[in-house]
Amino acid sequence: MSRYLLKRLSMAAFTLYAVMTITFVMIQSIPGGPEDYIRAQLMQSRGDGSISMAQVSQLAERSMNIDPTDPMHVQYVEYMSNMLQGDLGESLHFAAPVDEIIVQAMPWTLFLLSIATLLTFSAGIVLGAIMAYLEGSRFDVGTTVVSMFLNSIPYYIFALLAIALLAYDWGLFPASGHHPTGAEPALSASYFIDVVHHATLPILSLVITGLGGVALTMRGNAIQVIGEDYIRVANLRGVPGRQIATRYVGRNALLPMYTSLMISIGFMFGGAVVLEEIFAYEGIGWYLLEAVNARDYPLMMGSFLIITLAVIVFILIADLTYSKIDPRVEQEDSREAY
Amino acid sequence: MAERTSTFQTDTEPDRDDRITRSRRELYRERLDLFVLTPLRVIWSDWRTRVGSLIILAWVFLGTVGYWLVSEPFPGDGPRMDPAFQSLEFPLGTTIRGESVFALVVQATPAMLIMITAGAVFSVAIATLVGTVSGYKGGRVDRALTVVTDIAMTIPGLPLIILLAALIEPTHPVTVGIVLTINAWAGLARAIRSQVLTLRDHSYVEASRIMGVPTRRIVVDDILPNIMPYVLVNFVQSARGVIFGSVALYYLGVLPFSNENWGVMLNDAYDSFGVFTSWETAHWILAPMFAVVTLSFGLILFAQGTERLFNPRIRARHAETIDEDSMESHR
Repeated sequence: MSRYLLKRLSMAAFTLYAVMTITFVMIQSIPGGPEDYIRAQLMQSRGDGSISMAQVSQLAERSMNIDPTDPMHVQYVEYMSNMLQGDLGESLHFAAPVDEIIVQAMPWTLFLLSIATLLTFSAGIVLGAIMAYLEGSRFDVGTTVVSMFLNSIPYYIFALLAIALLAYDWGLFPASGHHPTGAEPALSASYFIDVVHHATLPILSLVITGLGGVALTMRGNAIQVIGEDYIRVANLRGVPGRQIATRYVGRNALLPMYTSLMISIGFMFGGAVVLEEIFAYEGIGWYLLEAVNARDYPLMMGSFLIITLAVIVFILIADLTYSKIDPRVEQEDSREAY
Repeated sequence: MAERTSTFQTDTEPDRDDRITRSRRELYRERLDLFVLTPLRVIWSDWRTRVGSLIILAWVFLGTVGYWLVSEPFPGDGPRMDPAFQSLEFPLGTTIRGESVFALVVQATPAMLIMITAGAVFSVAIATLVGTVSGYKGGRVDRALTVVTDIAMTIPGLPLIILLAALIEPTHPVTVGIVLTINAWAGLARAIRSQVLTLRDHSYVEASRIMGVPTRRIVVDDILPNIMPYVLVNFVQSARGVIFGSVALYYLGVLPFSNENWGVMLNDAYDSFGVFTSWETAHWILAPMFAVVTLSFGLILFAQGTERLFNPRIRARHAETIDEDSMESHR
């Protein structure tokens, strides 16, 4: 176990390092380079063109951890070490350190997405298993078509329709924000209910449009497993049907879903950007898009990095739970071949 | 001799050659049957692929012939906010500026089709290359490629695409398509790799290897044909990804509005009225939504249908389980 754990942890660390390098390259490839960007920012705030090189490099150092007067490799080392210390630079648009913005925005996004991912997968898996057991029945045919249809609706279109009908027309749910305006965050039941109420529509958009795909994959896997010989043997041996369904079919049908789980975690976190914008839900995705529109590069890179970090952690958790279910993955090592 | 062709053809053994060669025409007919007619028959035999390909063909028709027939919409072409299904001139009604909504939808189709194709070709090509090489070669090559694939798979797609779009501001549909699938290949590459891992130990692959066939030829002749159906299904999946992504990013205004796109329409309609507040203005925002949903529904139907038809294992098991189930229910 420990060797496997070590391998997964180092992989996660390496991924983070690679993504940090990508953000560094991206900052360098800003049209006109970081210097031009800072100069434009300074000119906007001061309103005159007389800016010394010292000022530019000072501001660049503070907001982006990059001193354009240094040689490239020094910039890189400087940038990486600052990032690793949790210094993500300073947002010029919001006039606040990036890490502070992220710390107050991130919990909302995590709350939204962890519930949405959990619901999508548990509901999809259960539905898919039922469909596979009732294969060929009217229920199966019906839900298959519905699943395919739901899978072809983008979550943001569902979100727009949900706002129109459930929020405006029927007034069942609030259309924007993560808690009522003016309400102070408190550890009270009413505040918690308010927060859940605000999160319902965004979560619903992800779950309804995502569950069909999960159900269809699960259905296909389960059908394949039900046809295996060992299931027949178990049946003949008189293993109770319930036990076959959960231990034999369920478990083996779940294993191939691992890759799709990893992909959907990334997909859902990506979707947060669009969803939070539509619902004006001030999570990390909302800030990322604000930063893009304001061309606020430090905040852009910072939120991108944090979203990726969240995905890395989620995938690591999925990895470790998966190795508990399927002990084979721990020994998985590619042998040299041809 | 020029008319003949055979895999074992040698000029020194004419007698033996005669026995195993066929005329070229026969060969072509067989190839046509194998590569064109049989897949078409297979596609037609399942209702999902049938409906799916009809929907896709309808959109391709709209994007080519339709695009050519429908004149470009201009502000002031018709009355403002004409509701849908009222006149033949404006079948889907008009916008607040009097442009035909139908013409706007059709206008956006060709760019969308180019985007879809470019993105899907790009992601599938990279995925097949990386997946087959890493699965077949194994060892150090595999480990290196797996690390790259894992990183690409972990980075959340949409934020990366948004950042890239903000930096390079792609305008050409082909570039947009490629940017949108910049890391979509990773998941598919991983899936192909695991398929190839099981394929490489099959006896016929081993036979080729012992005969000393170069690795490149084994991959192309023995491995690739087996994963082609799978690749086709995923081609369709990434096409759907391009539709979802492009409409979202045009809607958010992250991609520059140089192309007509259903996302641009959504953005425009949303900015004018918010989400529709009354049914009189609904057609403008519903039309692009309908376009996105139908096109991706067609693609999903097609993918779902082909997946089962092409995977003999699922098909065999499938037939078996139906029998078992019905037997059980009779008992």
